[in-house]
Amino acid sequence: MIEIERTGALNTVQDLGRHGFRHLGVSVSGAMDPLALRAGNLLLGNDENAAAIEVQVFPLRVRFHRSTAIALTGADCRARLDDVELPPWWGCRVEKGQVLEMRYPRSGARGYLCVAGGIDVPEVLGSRSTALRGSFGGFNGRALAAGDRLALGFPSARAFARDGAGIEPPELAMAEVFGAARNGVVPIRAIPSGEYGLFTADHARFWQQPWQISRQSNRTGYRLCGEPIHPSHNVEMRSYGLIPGIVQVPPAGEPIIQLSDANTAGGYPKIACVIEEDLWRLGQLQAGQSILLINSDAKQAIVVRQAIERWLARLRDFSRSFTTVNG
Amino acid sequence: MAWLEHEAAVSLSADVTLSTMGSRAWLLEAPGDFSLAAQRRIWSLANRLADCDDVESLIPGVTNLLILLKRTPIDADAFPRRLREYWQQAREIHPQGRLIEIPVHYGGELASDLQTVCRHTGFTAKEVIRRHHQGQYTVVALGSAPGFGYLHGLDPQLATPRKTVPSLNMLKGTVTIGGPQTGVSVLTGPNGWNAIGYAEIEVFDAGRANPALMAPGDSVRFLPERIEL
Repeated sequence: MIEIERTGALNTVQDLGRHGFRHLGVSVSGAMDPLALRAGNLLLGNDENAAAIEVQVFPLRVRFHRSTAIALTGADCRARLDDVELPPWWGCRVEKGQVLEMRYPRSGARGYLCVAGGIDVPEVLGSRSTALRGSFGGFNGRALAAGDRLALGFPSARAFARDGAGIEPPELAMAEVFGAARNGVVPIRAIPSGEYGLFTADHARFWQQPWQISRQSNRTGYRLCGEPIHPSHNVEMRSYGLIPGIVQVPPAGEPIIQLSDANTAGGYPKIACVIEEDLWRLGQLQAGQSILLINSDAKQAIVVRQAIERWLARLRDFSRSFTTVNG
Repeated sequence: MAWLEHEAAVSLSADVTLSTMGSRAWLLEAPGDFSLAAQRRIWSLANRLADCDDVESLIPGVTNLLILLKRTPIDADAFPRRLREYWQQAREIHPQGRLIEIPVHYGGELASDLQTVCRHTGFTAKEVIRRHHQGQYTVVALGSAPGFGYLHGLDPQLATPRKTVPSLNMLKGTVTIGGPQTGVSVLTGPNGWNAIGYAEIEVFDAGRANPALMAPGDSVRFLPERIEL
C-alpha cells in the first residue's frame, strides 16, 4: 500500500484509457503521455496497461507501506527518495517506510509514478482510469488527496534485482522520428480533417505560425493562442463523434486540440487531427509553450508507430535482463 | 414528418461525405438534412460494422458515424471504398426500442430559462410545457457526456437558441432546450441549453454492465409530474 502525504489538486490514477464505451458518451480518459506509462510499466515487468499515478500538479509526496519497485517516467520531476535524488526515467527498489517526493518539473509537464503490480483500484467499465467529469473510475472517481491509501497489485513473477536502472527518454532514443524543438517550439504532426477545405485562405497561417498553449488548457483539451483562422463560410455541424487529437476551430478562430478527457462528441468545425503517435508530446507541454503543426499523413504515422513499437520491444528485453524470477 | 421521410428516400443513392480523423478513424456523414430515415441507415451501418474484425470503436452521432479501426490500414483507399459500399447496402432499421417515461417537474426554481423560451417562441409558459410534454421523442444517439441522449422530436416551434453565456452550475437532471433539440442533462456543470424543468432520473450508472438508460432507437416521453408557474 502507498499513502498520499501531499498532493496538488488534479493528480489522478490513470491507465491507457477506457476505450469500449465511447458510443455511450464515455470519454477515453487515460494517461496524457501513454508512452511514459507504457515504458514505466515495461521496466517493472507490469502489463503495459497497469495503472499509475499521473502527476501534473506538484509536489506529490507518497509513503510506501511495503517494499516494492517503482519506475519514474515522463517529465523530469526532480524526484527524491528520502534524501536521495533520483534521475528521470529511472526504476529502482523502494523499502517499506521510504518517502518519495516529485517536484515541479525541470522539463516536461506530467510525471508518472509506476509501481510494481500497478495501482490496484477497481476496474470500472474496463479501465482503472479516473473519469473526472463522470466521477467514476480511478480512486473513488476523483483526484487524489492527502491521506488517500492506494492498494498495489501483485508484482509480476520478476522482481527488481538491481539498485536502479535508467532508460533513455523517447525524444532522445527515437530522435530520428521525433524532431527536436526549435527555439522552444515543438513540432507536432497533424493530418488535415473534415472541414479543412473551408479554411483554404488560412492554411498557411495554420501550418506556419507557432501556436501557444493557453492557460485554459487541461486534460480535456488545449486551447491554442495565435492569429485566428476562419472558415470561408459558417457551417452548421450536427454533433459528431471525435477522438483525442482532433483540432477544432470555434467561432473565435483559435483552435482547440481535444485530449484524453474530451467529450466523445462535438459540433465545431474540425481542421486537422494530431497523429496519435505525437499525443504524448502534447501531454508533456506546459501552458505557455508553443507548437508548430506539421502537415502529415497516415504513411508517416505508420513509420512513427513502428519506431515506437521497436523502442518498447527493446525496453522489454532490457527489463528482462536485470529482473529475476521469484521462486 | 412525412416530408422528411420522403426526402430521405430520394437521397438514398446520394453519396456520403467521408473524412479522416488521424490515421485510423473515418467520419461518415449521411447526405441531406437531418431525418430519422438517414439516422436509421446510420444505425444499420453501425450494426454491419460491429461485426468487422478490424473495427475498434463505433460512435454514432447525429446522422453520422465515426469508425475507429484497430490499426492504420496500409492501403489507405480500401477502407473508404468498403464504407461507401456498406452505406449503399444499408437499409433503414427500426430497432425495437424501449419506451422510457421521464417524470418532469416543469417550471419552478430550476427552470431558470423558461421565460427566455417564452420570449423567444411567443408562447405562454403553460403552452411551452404542453407542447414539450406532448412530444414523442426518439433517442438518435448518445454522446457528449456519459449516457446523454440526443433526442429527436422537439416541436420545431419550441426551438430556442443556446445561451451565449452558459449557466455555470446547472444541476444534473435539468430538462433543457438547445436550438432544435431537447434533453436531460447528465452531469452538474456548465451548460448552454435553456432550463425548463427538472427530472429526478439516473441516466448512467458506471457500476452496471449496461450503464446507459437510453439506447438509440428508444422512445422517450416526458410526463408532467408537476407544473409550477
